[in-house]
Amino acid sequence: MDIRLNKKTKSALSVAAIALFLILVYIGDMNIPAGSSWKMLITVIEKGSIYALVAASMNLLNGFTGLFSLGQAGFMLIGAYTYAIFTIPAESHDKVYQYFDGGVIKWSIVEILEAKMGIFGHYLGMFIPMLGAGLIVAVIAFLIGIPVLRLKSDYLAIATLGFAEILRAFFQWNTLGPVTNGSNVLRKYTTYDNAVFPVIIGGICIAIILLLINSTYGRAFRAIRDDEIAAEAMGINLFKHKQMSFIISSFFAGISGALLAMFQTTINATPFNTVMTYEILLIVVIGGIGSITGSIIGAFLFTAASEWWLRGLDAGRWLGIQADFMRPGFRKVVFAILIMLIVLFYSQGIMGTREFSWDGFFSWWKNLPANLKAWPSRHKAKAAAKREARAVKAAAKAKAREAKASNEARKASGEALFTPLPVSDTVMVFDKEGR
Amino acid sequence: MLHTWLPYILAGIAVGGQYALIAIGYTMVYGILRLINFAHGDVFMWSGLIMVYLITVLPLWVSVILVILFAIVLGTTIEKVAYRPLRSAPRMSIMISAIGVSYLLQNFALYITGGLTKTYPAIGWLQKTVTIGSATTKMVTLITPVLTIVLVFLLVMLIKHTKIGMAMRAVSRDFETSSLMGIDINRVITVTFVIGCGLAAIGSVLYFSNYTGINPMSGAMPGLKAFVAAVFGGIGSVPGAVVGAFVIGVCENLIKGAGWTTFSDAFTFVLLIVILMVKPTGLFGEKNIDKV
Repeated sequence: MDIRLNKKTKSALSVAAIALFLILVYIGDMNIPAGSSWKMLITVIEKGSIYALVAASMNLLNGFTGLFSLGQAGFMLIGAYTYAIFTIPAESHDKVYQYFDGGVIKWSIVEILEAKMGIFGHYLGMFIPMLGAGLIVAVIAFLIGIPVLRLKSDYLAIATLGFAEILRAFFQWNTLGPVTNGSNVLRKYTTYDNAVFPVIIGGICIAIILLLINSTYGRAFRAIRDDEIAAEAMGINLFKHKQMSFIISSFFAGISGALLAMFQTTINATPFNTVMTYEILLIVVIGGIGSITGSIIGAFLFTAASEWWLRGLDAGRWLGIQADFMRPGFRKVVFAILIMLIVLFYSQGIMGTREFSWDGFFSWWKNLPANLKAWPSRHKAKAAAKREARAVKAAAKAKAREAKASNEARKASGEALFTPLPVSDTVMVFDKEGR
Repeated sequence: MLHTWLPYILAGIAVGGQYALIAIGYTMVYGILRLINFAHGDVFMWSGLIMVYLITVLPLWVSVILVILFAIVLGTTIEKVAYRPLRSAPRMSIMISAIGVSYLLQNFALYITGGLTKTYPAIGWLQKTVTIGSATTKMVTLITPVLTIVLVFLLVMLIKHTKIGMAMRAVSRDFETSSLMGIDINRVITVTFVIGCGLAAIGSVLYFSNYTGINPMSGAMPGLKAFVAAVFGGIGSVPGAVVGAFVIGVCENLIKGAGWTTFSDAFTFVLLIVILMVKPTGLFGEKNIDKV
C-alpha cells in the first residue's frame, strides 16, 4: 500500500514541518531555564545540527563520490579559527592575545558592521566571516586536493589524515601566535544568541548539499563511486569531479567548524584530532553511507546519546541502576561498544542508502500496524529457519566426525584406506621413456 | 658539527627501531589483508598500559612475557571478532571496523586510566646512562637498534625459509588462488597478527622506557608514523618497513634538533605525500597494476 502525494502537498508539508520545528526551538531556547534537564534537548539540537552538517559533508565525499577522506577535523579547525579570529571584539584583544601583545588583527568585522548598520550589521558581520571560513577552507582544500586526490582508497585516507594533523600543528605554531594565539585558546568572540541559528544555517547548507546530489554533478559523483573506469569511459572528467566534491565538502566542513566555534564559545586546536574525524565518520556509518537523511538522524542520535542519554553512566546512576564501575569514561566505552555492534551487525546503518520522503513516511506509517501484527510470525519463521540451518550444520559436522573416526579406526586396524586398483596383465606399464 | 648532532642522530636511530617494530605489524597485515589496521597503534598503547599494571605485582621478566602474550591475544581477538566476519565485505567496511576498534580501545583505556598520564616503570639496566663520544644517552638507545635488527633478521628467515612463511608470501600475492591451493588462510592471518602484535609489544617496552609517560592517546601518533614508514618502504615488505622507520626516526629527531619541534610530526606526513606522489609503491614495493 504505497501512498503518492502530489508535489504541492509535499512542499507544503515540508515548509510546515520546518517552520514548526524552528518555532519550537526558538521558543524552547528562550523559555527553558538554564538548570532544567530539558535544556539538554536544546544543546543536543544545537550540536546535532552542527554535526549533521559536517556528517552530510563527509557523506558527500565518502558516500556519494567514494573518496575515503579523513581530513574533516582539519577543515573544521580552519573554519573555526577563521571565524573566531575575525570576530573577537577590539577591546578583548589584549586579554585574549595576552602573550602576543594583543595580536595583529585589532578589529572585529562584527563591530565594524554593527556600528554602520545596527542589528542587521551584527548578523551580517557574523555571516561574512562564516562564509569566509568556508571559502578559505575551500581554497586550502583545492591546494591539498591537487596532490592528494590522485591517490587511491586507503592511501587517500592516510594522506588526508596526515594533512589534518599538519594543519593542527600549523595552527599551534608559536610563530603564528599573533594571529592564531599559538597553543592558547581563542575566546570572547561573537557567538549566536539562540539555538535556532545553527539549525537554520545547518539546514540551508544541507539543503544545498541535497540539491547538488540530485543534480547532474551528483549523478556524476555517484557514477565515479560505482565504477571509476566506466565513469571515465562515459566521458566524466574524473579529476575535475573528485576535486569539486572535495572542495564543496570541505567548504561545508569549514562552515560547520565556524558554527562549532560559536557553540563552544572557546576554541583550541587540540581537540580537532583524528578522534574527532573518527566520530564524524562513525556518525555517517550509523546513519548509512550514502544517505543524507541518515547522516542527520545519526548526528542527532550520536549527540543525544553522548551528551544526554548516556550521561548517567559517567555519574554512577543510570536508569535507576547504581554501580561503582560507572565512573567517568564509562559512557564512552558503552558508546564505542554500541558503535562496534552497529558496524559489525548492522553495517547498512539506519537508512542504508534511502532518503526521507513524505510518500515513504506515510506509507510506513500506514503499514505500521500491519507490520507490527505480522512481526511475531515473521520473527518465528526467521528463528525456525535459523534453527534448521543450525541443525543441518550440526548434522554435517557429526557426519564428518564419524567419517574421520571410522577412517582412523581402519588405519589403526591396519586396513588400507583406499582399495588399490587390481593390477592385471592387461594393464600397460610404461617406463620412463614412454615405451 | 657531529658534536652537536650526534645526540639527535642516536635518539633518531633508537626511535626508528621502535617505529620499525610497530611498522612490521602494519606492513604484514596490509600485505595479506589489504587493510590499514588502525587499531595496531592502540594495541601498542595497551601493551604499554598493561605493563604499568603488571609490574606492580610481578617481577620484570614475567611481566614482559605476559605483556607480549597479552598483545598477541588482543590482536588475534580483534582479528577474529572485528575483521573476520567482514572478510567478504567491501574494503571500506573493514576499514571502518578497524577505526571503530581503535575508538573502542582508546575509550576503554580512557576509562581505565581516568584520562591520567601513567608513569611507565623504569627498567633498571635499560635506563643506565652511557656516554658515546660527545653524547650521553640511555642504554635503551643502544639496545633498540640491535634488538630490532636481530628480530627482523629472524622474521625474514621465517618468511623465506619456513612453510608458514611460504604460505604468507603466497597469500599476500593472491588471496583466492592460495586458498584454492589448500592454504589455510585463517591460520596464516592469525600467525600474521601474532607476529605483528608480539613485535609491537616488544616495541612498546622499548618506546615507553624512553618516554616514561603513557596515556590513552600515546599509541595514535607512533601508530600513524609507523604506518607511514611501512608505506615509505613499500607496503608488504618487511625490510622496507624497517628502513622507512629508521629514516623517519632520524629525520624527525634532526628536525627537533634544528628547533622545529612543532613540525616534527608534520614532517612524517609530508614524507608520506611526497613518496606517494613520486613512487607510490615505496622503496621496495612491488608494482600493482589495476585490472579492469
